[in-house]
Amino acid sequence: MNLQVNGKNYQSDTDLTLGQLFKQLDLSPERVVIELNQKILQTTDNLDTELREGDQLEIIQFVGGG
Amino acid sequence: MPIKGIKTMDSLVIAGRKFNSRLMVGTGKFSSNQAMQSAMEASGCEIVTVALRRVDINSPQDSMLQHINRERYLLLPNTSGARDAVEAVRLARLARAAGCEPWIKLEVTPDPYYLLPDPIETLKAAIILVKEGFNVLPYIPADPVLARHLEEAGTVTVMPLGAPIGTNRGMRTRDLIRIIIEQANVPVVVDAGLGAPSHVAEAMELGADAVLVNTALADTMNPALMAEAFKKGVEAGRMAYLAGLGPQRDKAQASSPLTGFLREE
Repeated sequence: MNLQVNGKNYQSDTDLTLGQLFKQLDLSPERVVIELNQKILQTTDNLDTELREGDQLEIIQFVGGG
Repeated sequence: MPIKGIKTMDSLVIAGRKFNSRLMVGTGKFSSNQAMQSAMEASGCEIVTVALRRVDINSPQDSMLQHINRERYLLLPNTSGARDAVEAVRLARLARAAGCEPWIKLEVTPDPYYLLPDPIETLKAAIILVKEGFNVLPYIPADPVLARHLEEAGTVTVMPLGAPIGTNRGMRTRDLIRIIIEQANVPVVVDAGLGAPSHVAEAMELGADAVLVNTALADTMNPALMAEAFKKGVEAGRMAYLAGLGPQRDKAQASSPLTGFLREE
């Protein structure tokens, strides 16, 4: 399946849940916040959400800033 | 010794919450998390700002939040990078979804060269975010009319710039900030461009309620030492404001008596 992750194309050979995508990306869900198709998701509550072809994901985290 | 009944230092209250420090610190551009932590510690700050950005999915970094003690510091996410109200509102909502308290430093800076805040988009975003229950701290040009509009919209502070972000040029907008302070009913936090302890002291002497610094601490050989210097600058300025500065005069006024000279008058 093809996803858009942070503006870039992301291909996976198998269907994925959000939790499985995090595993593939080596990301801890509690450290990020997600928009799925421009809708904010409480990340840790939605790890079982099944992703669909063409889904757009934004994975955001805190960084230093003034 | 403090004199009984005379206020020597006082608390800052924003949105009903009390803070002992009037120095807020930004967490960007430090050479390491350790440098950032030591600067935060030495500054005595209780409010620290952070930004939100896309994760680099090719090389995910550790979250910087693990280096900030959330019980000690109020995390104030900013909307930096937003070019209009829509983007700013989106970032604020993401920050809240990430588990932050609903405090947001609203920044809308479409101009990449001077990073000057867009007054119209900032006001638009503030109106939306206040309605959504955020405590909004807007970064603004030093415009007293805009400050009024934001206060009326329900922001919990106004944050006029001293000089463009990261320039270390000090209180270039001094006369306008003075008017903002005179008119404001919410705390005035001078943000951006303050590059030396003397700059923050000047802001506080004028009657600013607080200041925010980042570059000045991060971009130095010894962030902790500089943070302590800024802490003292803020405290000195606040004390001078509370004590009341003496009037400026055009002509000399002798400090020593003008009688009893060793000559005949």
